[in-house]
Amino acid sequence: MRPILMKGHERPLTFLKYNRDGDLLFSCAKDHTPTVWFADNGERLGTYRGHNGAVWCCDVSRDSARLITGSADQSAKLWDVQTGTQLFTFNFDSPARSVDFSVGDKLAVITTDPFMGLPSAIHVKRISKDPSDQVGESVLTLKGPQGRINRAVWGPLNRTIISAGEDAVIRIWDVETGKILKESDKEVGHKKGITSLQKSVDGSHFITGSLDKSAKLWDIRTLTLIKNYTTERPVNAVTMSPLLNHVVLGGGQDASAVTTTDHRAGKFEAKFYDKILQQEIGGVKGHFGPINALAFNPDGKSFSSGGEDGYVRLHHFDHDYFNIKI
Amino acid sequence: MRVPIMADVTSMGEITAIAARIGVELSQIDLDSIHLPPGEDCGIPSDDDDLMEEDPLEFDAGFGNILVVDNLPVVPKEKFEKLEGVVRKIYSQLGVIKEDGLWMPVDPETQKTLGYCFIEYNTPQEAELSKEKTHGYKLDRSHIFAVNMFDDIEKFLKVPDEWAPPEIKPYVPGENLQQWLTDEKARDQFVIRAGNDTEVLWNDARQLKPELVYKRSFWTESFVQWSPLGTYLATVHRQGAAIWGGATTFNRLMRYAHPQVKLIDFSPGERYLVTYSSHEPSNPRDTHRVVLNIFDVRTGKVMRDFKGSADEFAVGGTGGVTGVSWPVFRWSGGKEDKYFARIGKNVISVYETETFSLIDKKSIKVENVMDFSWSPADPILALFVPECGNQPARVSLVQIPSKEELRQKNLFSVSDCKMYWQSNGDYLAVKVDRYTKTKKSTYTGFELFRIKERDIPIEVLELDNKNDKIIAFAWEPKGHRFAVIHGDNPRPDISFYSVRSGTNTGRVSKLTTLKGKQANALYWSPGGRFLILAGLKGFNGQLEFFDVDELETMASAEHFMATDVEWDPTGRYVATSVTSVHEMENGFNIWSFNGKLLYRILKDHFFQYLWRPRPPSFLSKEKEEEIAKNLKRYSKKYEAEDQDVSLQLSEQDREKRKKLKEEWEAWINEWKRLHEEEKMEREKLRDGEASDEEEEYEAKEVEVEEIINVTEEIIPFEESQQ
Repeated sequence: MRPILMKGHERPLTFLKYNRDGDLLFSCAKDHTPTVWFADNGERLGTYRGHNGAVWCCDVSRDSARLITGSADQSAKLWDVQTGTQLFTFNFDSPARSVDFSVGDKLAVITTDPFMGLPSAIHVKRISKDPSDQVGESVLTLKGPQGRINRAVWGPLNRTIISAGEDAVIRIWDVETGKILKESDKEVGHKKGITSLQKSVDGSHFITGSLDKSAKLWDIRTLTLIKNYTTERPVNAVTMSPLLNHVVLGGGQDASAVTTTDHRAGKFEAKFYDKILQQEIGGVKGHFGPINALAFNPDGKSFSSGGEDGYVRLHHFDHDYFNIKI
Repeated sequence: MRVPIMADVTSMGEITAIAARIGVELSQIDLDSIHLPPGEDCGIPSDDDDLMEEDPLEFDAGFGNILVVDNLPVVPKEKFEKLEGVVRKIYSQLGVIKEDGLWMPVDPETQKTLGYCFIEYNTPQEAELSKEKTHGYKLDRSHIFAVNMFDDIEKFLKVPDEWAPPEIKPYVPGENLQQWLTDEKARDQFVIRAGNDTEVLWNDARQLKPELVYKRSFWTESFVQWSPLGTYLATVHRQGAAIWGGATTFNRLMRYAHPQVKLIDFSPGERYLVTYSSHEPSNPRDTHRVVLNIFDVRTGKVMRDFKGSADEFAVGGTGGVTGVSWPVFRWSGGKEDKYFARIGKNVISVYETETFSLIDKKSIKVENVMDFSWSPADPILALFVPECGNQPARVSLVQIPSKEELRQKNLFSVSDCKMYWQSNGDYLAVKVDRYTKTKKSTYTGFELFRIKERDIPIEVLELDNKNDKIIAFAWEPKGHRFAVIHGDNPRPDISFYSVRSGTNTGRVSKLTTLKGKQANALYWSPGGRFLILAGLKGFNGQLEFFDVDELETMASAEHFMATDVEWDPTGRYVATSVTSVHEMENGFNIWSFNGKLLYRILKDHFFQYLWRPRPPSFLSKEKEEEIAKNLKRYSKKYEAEDQDVSLQLSEQDREKRKKLKEEWEAWINEWKRLHEEEKMEREKLRDGEASDEEEEYEAKEVEVEEIINVTEEIIPFEESQQ
């Protein structure tokens, strides 16, 4: 498996997202410019210019027409995927960390960081079909958790929102009432900040990665802990194969400690685990900085990783991968 | 004293009124300049009165600083002053006696002294010290001082006059403290300390994982240590040390009170335990005071204690804890624990454990002695005395208890010596660093003593390149070979020598030299033959498993950042660990003797890894040889067992996997059901798009025809002629 090295960003990668058809790959980085690539050969298709700060997260609509991005410039922007034009800007008073379209793409959840005394918050915005009707008002704003919320996604049928962040607690919010329905158990839950969260394709379960060197698999409705994957490094990114029972963890030591230790100490590997047996299957090396983002192609035949080193590595699996037995 | 103007005494308004009345311009008065006559407060209470009061002196309520000296001569009035003078002279050397602190009572009838006196010192510490030093002091033949603390008198008074026979308790058989040796799978135990937890585990190499025996949080306050034969696990606490052991679990067997204990050391036969503490002196110019206790391990009784300043214990040797090199007391080899010794200024003090006093009541006088070590097997001391004036440096072997010198070797222009005993005490290698002629640099050679041969022959060994620096030296346990790492970093060489190779029994011969290895430490297997060349610290944990019989490398491996390597007591497995000197990678690896990684455990804040030692085997040498010869026959049984285990293991594994798969299947089905239930609503959310692609996905071929261009052209028709 020879990876395709996609060099287009000048700063560390923050997020990767495939569209539903799996032909486009969207990448976000700290260099202000989200980029779209052909997911097949890694050719750069275009960029979305307009943000004035690190871009933390993005999501693409089901029909691959709209892109939403959240940035440290205290805004989230809606883009036309095809033309790259800005359609709308949601302005906030603090950096936007995470964005996620709802089922049906009529709503979006955006989280904002604690900033200058403001607490962190989760905002729900209505997304109009016609961009000229778009308004900036929030339908709902949720506040409460301490510290940064690193990720918030929609639950089944847009009835709930699942959030996770620095306080290591996963929360399920009721969208109707704005109340917390469930919180993850302190005993079994993560011990340190949660860095990433990803839903399964059918939205029935999700996986979280944490600085406590573990990733955990949860039921999205009951918030039951199903699986636990432990590794040797803080986990920055997690993803699940849509095809096989595999999960991938990416991470590495804190970027600030990289220069002081041997390159082997970093273990900047994307590690594959058997989803059911919770055993390590293998790893994909290559990055020379911690892995910040991981995404699986919806067909499950390729995946990409984005690192602190500014590269996106696109891996098409060998034939052997599909016959791994443990 | 400043006059405080307090709002609750006089308000500012009143003051202005008074000022106006007596015609004083308030603004021109500097209030701070007003002073009251000393000792006069004009009835105004000062708010800083309480600050002026000095703290009352604290008086010691007890009489801890008073000594009672008994067995003084009984003298008439005329000689009273003389006796008092003598006593004062003796006791004022050891501390400051208080004014009127010496009181010798006199019988009012006979005007004679009563044969005792009281001495009051400034501090209890001085009294304590004097008591130690003068108890048993011989003034003359018939007057041996009996010195006691005044505080203790009450205690002595309570001793009943009638002797009562001690109650005889019925004998209760104790637990088998060596139960772990009878493990059916012949596994070994080890203890690890990580975070606040201390765990004792079985090394279950067949199952490729450890099995927990006992776990306890906050078991020890600093470290744990096995006794040399593995019977006890010692823990260290603020109040003292404790030992733990038992057949199935770990119970506390004994406690040894020693406040602030820092270090502990067992005698090799684990009969005695030496504990050490050093205490901050009250006067910062004084050196630390150290206290050493020697306990009987089984009874918990203090057999002897040593107290003194750190200086007294810091002679000879180098480094150690605040100048004291540990262990202070070194035990002679063998299970008997008969002798122990410590080095002092120009002396070696050898004690015997029967009486816990010096052999012949005298230390061995050796001018300038620097270092000494016991043979691991016999009561033989090896001493090193450096050069001094015209005297050459020398290494000598001294037999104990006769104190007879067995052998001596003079050495010239020596800068330092290190002694290495082979584990059976058969050989002694002395590494000698000598100055070159210019005295600017040193080179190294070895002096090899064959202890067990007649007259103890000595042989000099120099390396091929004698300027090479020696990085490490190690004897093969129970064997006749040794390995040396020499040369310069980063790629030193390793040489193997034998003192008894096949054809050449009387001479040292070199077996081989490995060039340019990344190693800085040597770890022989306790069974001999196998050796790990380890590159710790700067070499990031390179490991090379070497077979010295075949002179070949069995495996090369790496345990990144490894700090410690330890063989299990049988020589079957090796543990390498990364302790918390590093922040990353903490944990340990278990390897087979030939370098196969068996399993790996990661633990944050990993402090200690220690194999539980085994006592020496009871098999005779002949029996051992017989077993080695017929190994095939014996091993058959175990091979069959191994096979059973691996079958059982895969069976268990299959079971476990099956269960996990079933559980997962249940989740999947549940999710599918819910997904199906919600299908309609999801469609509605997507504006009626029949959307769940995994079910509805259908490839349609769509033909699109587009007319790009239409052109008309007239083609002339010509009828062909037939």
